[in-house]
Amino acid sequence: MKLSTKNITSVVVGAMMATSAAAETELTVYTAVEAEDLARYAETFNESNPDIKINWVRDSTGIITAKLLAERDNPQADVIWGLAATSLLLLKSEGMLDAYAPAGVDKLDAKFVDGDNPPAWVGMDAWVASVCYNTVEAGKAGLTPPTSWKDLTDPQYAGHLIMPNPNSSGTGFLDVSSWLQIFGEDGGWEYMDALHENIARYTHSGSKPCKLAAAGEIPIGISFAFRGAKSKAAGAPIEIIVPSEGVGWDMEATAIVAGTANLDAAKKLVDFTVTKQANEMYNTGYAVVAYPGVAKPVEFFPEGLLDAMIDNDFEFAANNRAAILKEWQSRYDGKSDPK
Amino acid sequence: MPASSANLSELPAGPNVKGKLSRDDLIMRGGMAVIALYLIVTLALPLYTMLSKSFSTYQFQLSQYEFQVSDEDGIFDGTIVSGTDLNNKTGAYELTDLSTGSDGRLGVTAFFLDFSFRSPVHYQLRNTVEGGRFLVGSTLYDDTQWLELDSNTFRRVQLRPVQARGIDNFINYFSTPALFNSIKNSLWISLLSTLVTVSLAFWFAYALNRSCMRFKGLFRLIAMAPILVPSLLPGIALVYLFGNQGMLKELLFGASIYGPIGIVIGSVFFTFPHAFLIITTALAISDGRLYEAASSLRASPWRTFWTVTIPGARYGLISAAFVVFNLVITDFGLPKVIGGQFNVLAVDIYKQVIGQQNFEMGAVVSVILIIPAIFAFIIDRLVQSKQISSLTARSVPYQPKPDRRTDAIFLIYCSFVGLFIIGMLAVCQFAALVKFWPYDLSLSLNNYQFDKMDGGGWGAYFNSIKLGLLTAVAGTAIVFFGAYLVEKSNGFFLGRAAFQMIAMLPMAIPGMVLGLAYIFFFNNPSNPLHAIYGTMAILVVCTVTHFYTVSHLTAVTALKQMDREFESVSASLKQPTLKLFSRVTVPVCLPSVLDISIYLFINAMTTVSAVVFLYSPKTALASIAVLNMDDAGDIAPAAAMGMMIFYTNAAARIIHLFISKGVLARTQAWRTR
Repeated sequence: MKLSTKNITSVVVGAMMATSAAAETELTVYTAVEAEDLARYAETFNESNPDIKINWVRDSTGIITAKLLAERDNPQADVIWGLAATSLLLLKSEGMLDAYAPAGVDKLDAKFVDGDNPPAWVGMDAWVASVCYNTVEAGKAGLTPPTSWKDLTDPQYAGHLIMPNPNSSGTGFLDVSSWLQIFGEDGGWEYMDALHENIARYTHSGSKPCKLAAAGEIPIGISFAFRGAKSKAAGAPIEIIVPSEGVGWDMEATAIVAGTANLDAAKKLVDFTVTKQANEMYNTGYAVVAYPGVAKPVEFFPEGLLDAMIDNDFEFAANNRAAILKEWQSRYDGKSDPK
Repeated sequence: MPASSANLSELPAGPNVKGKLSRDDLIMRGGMAVIALYLIVTLALPLYTMLSKSFSTYQFQLSQYEFQVSDEDGIFDGTIVSGTDLNNKTGAYELTDLSTGSDGRLGVTAFFLDFSFRSPVHYQLRNTVEGGRFLVGSTLYDDTQWLELDSNTFRRVQLRPVQARGIDNFINYFSTPALFNSIKNSLWISLLSTLVTVSLAFWFAYALNRSCMRFKGLFRLIAMAPILVPSLLPGIALVYLFGNQGMLKELLFGASIYGPIGIVIGSVFFTFPHAFLIITTALAISDGRLYEAASSLRASPWRTFWTVTIPGARYGLISAAFVVFNLVITDFGLPKVIGGQFNVLAVDIYKQVIGQQNFEMGAVVSVILIIPAIFAFIIDRLVQSKQISSLTARSVPYQPKPDRRTDAIFLIYCSFVGLFIIGMLAVCQFAALVKFWPYDLSLSLNNYQFDKMDGGGWGAYFNSIKLGLLTAVAGTAIVFFGAYLVEKSNGFFLGRAAFQMIAMLPMAIPGMVLGLAYIFFFNNPSNPLHAIYGTMAILVVCTVTHFYTVSHLTAVTALKQMDREFESVSASLKQPTLKLFSRVTVPVCLPSVLDISIYLFINAMTTVSAVVFLYSPKTALASIAVLNMDDAGDIAPAAAMGMMIFYTNAAARIIHLFISKGVLARTQAWRTR
């Protein structure tokens, strides 16, 4: 009796191990893509590549970047699919990425592809800074809608404004780095000095300001357009404002991690990520994608967002990141009373 | 014989007689060694690694780079200058500019005073040692080849730092006001919370022990409720109560809940049961004769209170104060949710590590956070060791007499405290059920669709239960066996004392610090235990270690009640100690064993700080999901998940109660004659 149970168990376990080992290659894919999109991405990929199984490791941009950097000498990931380009530049500068030109990369918009040849990373889609403006709460407080970044420094908005802390949020950092590019180094810091007077508080994450605006906790949240469109679709009384000076943006991008044991499968996956089909898939959430001509308008997305995107210098952002964050921290962090 | 007795002094000294270690002793010592090793690997070594990390700095080693400059026609004359020489000549960078973080970058154009990106001059540079690092744009060069660049490309060159050791991180910390201000913030917020909590808890405990008011059992139950939820939950409740859309916003008269006010109110909520438990124990044991003496000396109640009650409870009060102080200063969840711009040490660690990937600075803040925590811990231990038997065999338990006025006052007071606690929980439950606060107040279960949010979905909830059960089982086994070996083995005093010391240490180590130390220790590929990184196992290990001390003390207290005669008897009957352990000791101590497991289960369900650095997407936890959903702005689902933790823990408590009763009936029959 005892023996037979044991035998059956071992046979079953053995069989299970055999099938899973024989059938497919497994890829560990690190990503910061929103949780709800991941299953769809994997399904679409498996339609053309049924023999490659994706094991997602998902977290916010900061945490995934930290994880990858911590694993520098012993990488666990095979592929990075959907992480901020500024983060991938950090990884590239650590020599952690395997340069590879995926089949069909030439069809992509050049500004979505790493400048080196072969490129270390290729972009997927862009997320763009925007201002979420709660019309109900703003009406109660008697505010007029801002149209530009400069408007936000107007004293009428004092205490009615929330933005993400660039020290913990990628969105916060892209705001700061875009202001430094739009207004110049000195002008940018002057602008932020003035803006700081109006900020109620800085949040840790980039989507929170918009969700707080959607919930009426604050009238104005500096966040990104995608988040705003989603909250608006969920019925929140918000408008998404694209400041007239132009808006900062970052892209989600894909790269192969150097040292992967599954290079062939990794290449197949990266090949897929630049296809038209993949870009159509990104388009459900992102209005701006790397493949020209694919993007269809996304519901509730503000108009004119594409034209407002600044000519972002990612290398400037990545290489000055440490210095910018240090400066930002010494000026604005931990001061309960503004200077 | 007579000859030998006569020359006794001439005999050579006999062998030094030493008790022979029996097989049992060897097994016991072996067991103790294994558990001591467990504590060393899961506590001492990680902390040591973290400490050494805080001294790990990054320096730009200018001597590791060599440069050549061409003339206007792009021809090099072969002169090679090192980075150090260039810096000495131009004074481009001060010494402090050269110490940096792992992310540091240093431009090189400042070395060449006449540099212009338009100039036709070419530059060459190289690393002088293999593994030196510089970037052109984002491309890494770490070999020793000369690289020739035109002026416009040369300005994109960034030197990268190499690792060094020194106290630069600490210097950096104390020269950054945004960072060291947190020390002050953390300290005063903890002191204020301690003052408020201990006062509130004292009168609450006083009412329950020294008055004849009604509903005591109910109040006792309510007072313990906050222990069942993560410390973030009061923060979420406060957002709904006093946030800009809060129900009771007007009560704050325009002050913002985001900041010290929110942290203090929330801290009072989640530390209340801890303070209440300690103080109520202190007030429960009191000598009625002292009160009789006081009243026969015609002391006023006021005077009796200050001369009898307070001195009798002073150890409890001091102990409660330090426990609360420690809980508040090391808590991370609450200030993260409600702290706004008010920086505290525990959140700084998170921001440094997760936000900026600055692990070294995270280690520095950790070292600083340990200092007040250890300080509070040591004072608490000293005070506790002084508290010996204020109660003697001749004491008469104090019996409160009914007094309608005081009883009514206490009932009102306790109702207010109870309302505060229940109110916070009710607000969270209400918020979780509302569709879209504050615009659509219809009820729905939308916020329970965790799979549509960040944080790990329902999977995280079941992971938490799994972690709770595993921690309860493994933890109880390790802790109880360890306590048994320390308490009941013979000899080997040094080893046992050392073991006791190590077992007390986890109490003083903040969860954030432990978690960070685990990253440094277990995420090192050369560590043979690296395999458990990112698995459920490391979460279990970390949680067991984090909550080791209280469990250990509970076990030791239970074991102390058993006479050592049992061991002697079993030895004389030639029964192995392990048999005694499983047949007698465990059954007798079963109530305490169950207490330890429920303690571990509940804490595993609610802990955030220790595991926030260690979970992987496959092992996301409910408490972390609360944090992450709040972080992403999904506050209502965060409240919903927080309340799920509450109900689970409440259910666990009830099950624990029933099991305890059943088990007690079966195994503890001997206690009654």
